[in-house]
Amino acid sequence: MSGFGTLLYKELLRFWKVAFQTIAAPVLTTLLYLLIFSHVMQGQARVYGALPYSAFLVPGLVMMAVLQNAFANSSSSVVQSKITGNIIFVLLPPLSYWDFFAAYVFASVVRGMVVGVGVLLVSLGFVGLPFGHPLWMLAFALAGSAILGTLGLLAGIWAEKFDQVAAFQSFLIVPLTFLSGVFYSIRSLPAFWQGLSHFNPFFYMIDGFRYGFFGVSDINPALSLGIAVASLLALTALTLALLRRGYKLRH
Amino acid sequence: MIPAIQVQQVHKRFGSVHALCGIDLEVAPGEFFGLLGPNGAGKTTLINTLAGLTRADSGSVRVMGHDVITAYRDSRRALGVVPQELVFDPFFSVRETLRIQSGYFGLRHNDAWIDEIMHHLDLAGKADANMRSLSGGMKRRVLVAQALVHKPPVIVLDEPTAGVDVELRQGLWEFVRGLNRDGHTVVLTTHYLEEAEAMCARIAMLKQGRIVALDTTSNLLNRMDSLYLKLRITGAALPAALAARVRDSHDPVHTLRLRSYAEVEGVLAQVREAGAHIEELELLQPDLEDVFVQIMNREEAGQMREHASVSRFPPCGAPNP
Repeated sequence: MSGFGTLLYKELLRFWKVAFQTIAAPVLTTLLYLLIFSHVMQGQARVYGALPYSAFLVPGLVMMAVLQNAFANSSSSVVQSKITGNIIFVLLPPLSYWDFFAAYVFASVVRGMVVGVGVLLVSLGFVGLPFGHPLWMLAFALAGSAILGTLGLLAGIWAEKFDQVAAFQSFLIVPLTFLSGVFYSIRSLPAFWQGLSHFNPFFYMIDGFRYGFFGVSDINPALSLGIAVASLLALTALTLALLRRGYKLRH
Repeated sequence: MIPAIQVQQVHKRFGSVHALCGIDLEVAPGEFFGLLGPNGAGKTTLINTLAGLTRADSGSVRVMGHDVITAYRDSRRALGVVPQELVFDPFFSVRETLRIQSGYFGLRHNDAWIDEIMHHLDLAGKADANMRSLSGGMKRRVLVAQALVHKPPVIVLDEPTAGVDVELRQGLWEFVRGLNRDGHTVVLTTHYLEEAEAMCARIAMLKQGRIVALDTTSNLLNRMDSLYLKLRITGAALPAALAARVRDSHDPVHTLRLRSYAEVEGVLAQVREAGAHIEELELLQPDLEDVFVQIMNREEAGQMREHASVSRFPPCGAPNP
């Protein structure tokens, strides 16, 4: 196995060994959101015409789980390794900064996808859903988890303490996901907030992912995917530049 | 012959601290080399620049002829580092840890060698134990094993025996000596000077980012222009004339510094003339600790002169003359 393959394998094994915490727990949390919100909101909100609220909600929750878990995977792994010092095990071998980047981000994508599939399967027990455009779904799930995996890697490299990663998550990732239209269509918002939502990159990921199910969205999915891919490329360039310099890893 | 380690004019600053101050060092293949110095002298920083964990501000560092920046893949393949800190990955067992470490070096099917290292380090019984469950000494052995999975020609041990019990320490040295006999270059830092004296054929002493002594261990020991006379006396106090020679004194045992054997008779005569009886007498050869203390003290004196602008060394950062 190549160095990259080994690092990817090690990262997968790391979350797989604690799957109860890294997969089962987020699936359960998301399921609770689904049950509570759909119970409270059922009958009160109609989105995209005749679509029941619970059906509208599921894709948003799936994508939210994908994004948050992709972020959690790389950020917690890197910051944990830095704090315990075992990061040297990957800094001493002849791994390139590309190997390092790709392994952490791929592992995050896998974690995000596994949790997403788990949430989706469990939801299907409660809500019937159309799968209109599965390729669009897949494209947005991959792009979204890669973006958040990269953001997690950035946060892990930058942070020196666990609470700095937690702050990154609480003050950036969670607000951006909650305010991205997971629980509502931005069409229901006043004009000002609707306009502001367009500056939230997470909005395009959720909206495009939802298009994959229903074939309707607030924004043309091709434009949303373009914005997601552009965000991913920009974050990748930044992260690679930092890794190349050895920022906070090789002093 | 390509040196195992070649360090040329390496400078490294951390903020206002000049951690490495123009280090020049060569270690030949097959050497057993010691790196000594007080805490903060720059030993670990120097090792980290070899390993690519720290990047030098200027100068070049090569391992088996491979530059650690431009040819980092080759230089890292040639180097095994046992870190000072007792680090481990709590998710994995001993065997998983060693397999993963092999994989990082692109090595597949490395189990025969992994078994052999585990056997030599007495880890075989713990192969499937989780890293978390191991004692400190066992974790240290795993770190040694991890540094060896890729059979590196150059092995660096950064204070490998800090906090390790006597039995493991001896076992570890036996193992490292064996590696050296098999042709591996070994570089060692330690606080136990008697260990360095027993193991290392050549030694560099660092202080404040500079190499202040670099010689074979025997030359360093011979360089000491003194030996020690340990006396146990009764009947009278040590004569005042000998006060300047005292290294340490715990009445009635006194250790006196002599410049040569020729001085022994004169000192004994002075003691007898003062009316004291000599109950016990022992001549002591200086050990590495004495050399270390002498060199470090000389450096301090040198720095004081430096402050008075009578410099023995160019100030750190100044271009080499």
